[in-house]
This record gives sequence, C-alpha cells and structure tokens, in this order.
Amino acid sequence: MSTGAETGILPATPVTPRGARPSLARLRGPALALVVPLALVVVWHLTTAGRPYSLIPPPAEVWAEMRDLAVGGVNDDAFSGTLWTHLAASLTRVYGGFVLAAAAALPLGLLIGRVPLARALLDPLLQVLRPVPVTAWLPLAMILFGLGPRSAFFLVFLGAFYPILVNTVFGVRSVEPRLFEAASMLGCTGAAQFTRVVLPAALPSIFTGLRLGLGFAWVVIVVGEMTGVQTGLGAIIMEARQLSRTEIVICGMAVIGAAGFVSDWLVMSLGRRLLAWSPSHG
Amino acid sequence: MADPTIPILDMRGVSKTYLSKGRATEALRGANLTVRRGEFVCLLGASGCGKSTLLRIAAGFEAPTGGEALMWDKPIPGPGPSRGMVFQDYGLFPWLTVRDNIGFGPQSRGRPAAEVRETVERYIALVGLQAFADAHPHQLSGGMKQRVAIARVLANEAEVVLMDEPFGALDAMTRERLQDELLDLWARTGLTVLFVTHAIEEAIFLADRVVMMSPGPGRIEAVHGIDLPRRRDVSSPAFNDLRRMLAAQLHSHHAPKAA
Repeated sequence: MSTGAETGILPATPVTPRGARPSLARLRGPALALVVPLALVVVWHLTTAGRPYSLIPPPAEVWAEMRDLAVGGVNDDAFSGTLWTHLAASLTRVYGGFVLAAAAALPLGLLIGRVPLARALLDPLLQVLRPVPVTAWLPLAMILFGLGPRSAFFLVFLGAFYPILVNTVFGVRSVEPRLFEAASMLGCTGAAQFTRVVLPAALPSIFTGLRLGLGFAWVVIVVGEMTGVQTGLGAIIMEARQLSRTEIVICGMAVIGAAGFVSDWLVMSLGRRLLAWSPSHG
Repeated sequence: MADPTIPILDMRGVSKTYLSKGRATEALRGANLTVRRGEFVCLLGASGCGKSTLLRIAAGFEAPTGGEALMWDKPIPGPGPSRGMVFQDYGLFPWLTVRDNIGFGPQSRGRPAAEVRETVERYIALVGLQAFADAHPHQLSGGMKQRVAIARVLANEAEVVLMDEPFGALDAMTRERLQDELLDLWARTGLTVLFVTHAIEEAIFLADRVVMMSPGPGRIEAVHGIDLPRRRDVSSPAFNDLRRMLAAQLHSHHAPKAA
C-alpha cells in the first residue's frame, strides 16, 4: 500500500479493485443476512406444521393469512383485504407523531444546547420525565386526549420526542470549540455562527436522533393503537389477539417490522447523502 | 493605515493571568513585542513559556489582563479577519469541501458570490489543491489540510497570519515542504507572519527575528535578528552557530529553578 506515498496525498475517492466479481460480492451481504431468518422459519415450520393443537400457527398458514389480509380471496372474513387500510392508518400516525416530535424537539434541543437559561429551566424537568415509559403515559393520554387516534398520536409523539431532543442537545453542545474560533477569526460572529457552524456541526447527531426517534415511533405504535382506535397495525393485532387469530397477530408483527425497516432505510439513505462529509456516516 | 512608522502589531507590557477555581496562574508577564508589516517573526520556547498565549492575545481570542495589545495603534477588539489564525489541529469545517472552507471567510464577510468564486479558485491554485477542490477535510492528508487552512486566511485578506505550531503534527518531509511553500508565499505576497514554534531549526529557517521566550511565568527573554540570506541552508556553519547559540539559551531556561 505504499504507492503514491511520495506526496503523502490520499486519493479523494477510494479505489475499487477491478476484476473482482462485483455483482457477486454485492450479493454477499444480503445473502448472509437471510441465513438466520430462513433457519428460524425452518425451525418454526418443523415445530408447528401438522400439529392441530399447536398454539402457534405454521409459516404456511401465516403466509396464506398475509395474502388474505393484503388482497383477500382466502378466508373472506372481516379481516380480508384490510391490510392497506391498517398500514396507512399506522403510517399516518407514525409519521405524523414523528414529524410533530421533530418539530418540537429540534428547536427545543437547539435552545437547550445553546442557551444556558433554557437549559437551567427545562433540562431538569425533561430529565425527570424521560425515564417514564410511554406505556405509563397511556392512562393519562386517554384522559387528556380521549379514546382514539389523538391518544395514539400523542404516544408516538412522546416515543420519538426524547431521542431527537437528547441527540440534538448533545450535538449542539459537543461542537468543537476550535470551530467557533476558526469561524470568528474568519469574520463569522454572533448569530451567523449558529447557522454556519452549530447547525452543520450538530447535523450528524441530529440525524442519529431522528433515526432513533423514527425507530421508537414504530416501537410505540402498537401501544398507541391500544387506545381504542379502530384501524392501525396495533389495533388489528389487539383485535386478533382477542379473537385468538394468532396468524393475524404474526402478520401484523411482520408488517410493522418490514415497514419500520423500510422507513429506517430511507432515513439512512438520506443521511448518507447529507452527511457524506462525516467519516462516521459517509 | 499603512503608515510605515506604525508597527502592524504592538504588544506593550502584555500580561495574562488565568483564574481557575480561585487559583491564579500567570501565563505571561510583561511581554513587549512589535511586528512590522512584511516581517516574519517566530516565537520560540518550551511549553508553558506563554508563546501560544501571546499569539492568542494577538488573535483576539483572549484579552490581556495587563498591558496593551495593539494593531495599527488601536486595541485589538477580538478575533477578526485582519488577523488570520492557522491552528496546529487545522480547525477546518469538516462538512465543507476544500473550496467552501476557503470561501467561508469571504462569504461570511458578505462578498459577492462571483468575487468569492474567483478568490477561492485563485487560492486553491496558490496552494496547489486544484485536484482536491471538492474533497472534504477527512479525505486529505495533514499537509493538505494545513494548506487549506493557510489558503482560507489568505483568501480572507488577512493582514497578519498568526500560526500556532502549524507544522507540529506533520511528518518531517511534509513539514519541510510546507516551510518552503510558506516562505515562498510570504516572499510573493508580502505577508506579515507571527509564527509559534518550539523547534529551534524551524525558527531559524523561517524568521527575520526569533523571539525567545521562557516559562515560569511566561516572558520574553531575548530577540534575535536572523541575518542569514534566504533560502537558508540548514547545514551551513552559520546556521549551526545560530542553532547552538539559541539552544544554549533555551536550555539555560531549564536550569534548576529555586523552589
């Protein structure tokens, strides 16, 4: 690796080795990722298929239910073809609650991170409220917002709020002091430092917070939809549980997992594009 | 402004005492130093001699607790574009490309976009980083980062360039190259440079005048004019004589102190 060392200059872009089979190499990651899940499905199949008294339905039955939920035509019951309605309802709450949380937590985090008075006023309260789990807020949410989607919104909001807030405060507070010196000797002072130094420097942390917040929004959606809403993936899981339709419960879980995964992937891709400059994100 | 009789920087009896947890630490005592336009002055001394403190006072990052720090006969009000600083750890903005790092100063000072673009390209070329104009700092070697740091203060029309052990973190080969490049820039642009170092050879190689500082408390011990013709030959007898003389003086500061 000593080629080009005479200048001590690193290549601006990493050099990809030619001749290697790139398509095959690119499939290695996804292929490895599938090994353990497939093995689990096999074990699941072997332990449940052909046992009429198994409390857990075999994979084939769950797959059939999934098709029925998605397009109908298998069972033709009250659940047939309702998946998209439930998914849309959950997506609305997850992203609605998440956007609300970001809209509240970002400015608050910037304020707490930058203004000592705001920190003194708000930080202790928020630190005390933070350990209270979202589930513990459930009864209060139902009193404050009534039974229904507004409570679900509120709980998703709470779940996403703290990761965004904590990471924003952290990002703003851990800007290297050197960068403020550099900015001020270059003629960038006062409020301009906020937009030209603090915000970009804190962006990787803020992004981590948004990503965690969105993850938590998906985590609390089931709890949020236990508040008596009619639609939503959480609602369908609770309803199926009461009817002992375990295959529907598993379908709901799988869809939440997949939807959460896709939305995380979208945020990650956006982050990679915005944070290409950061060695830990790019 | 450019009255040749007025020094560009004038430190008059500058002292700095830090207070922390009720304890006072005297970092600098009664430093007198003038720097004239176009001069290359090195502050040389061991750690704790106050050389960086003096530089940071000139930059305006710190206010003196005693004496006066003047630029063009006026008190230094705080950090500003007329005194560009080059840090040992570069202090580049990691989210900006080389081009945008160099353009940061002119942009902050509200220069028109076309002018900023033109200035940036000129200084990228001056430090030879055309091929890396769109790279981010983490993609650059230490020497390249320091070139960017120098280019951004020059692009910002700094009248004095303050350098705080700028080549201290670089390997010997890169350091020598950057020393040559810096002298070349200095000769071509008529810069004024105040340069902090703890390396005797670096000080003699670069400076018109070497300011010897000593610790406990930090103070200026002596000022030596270096009359060797440039480009200086580090292996010449005259260079070696100077090196020996400064080394002896520097080490005498480390003689056992009365407790």
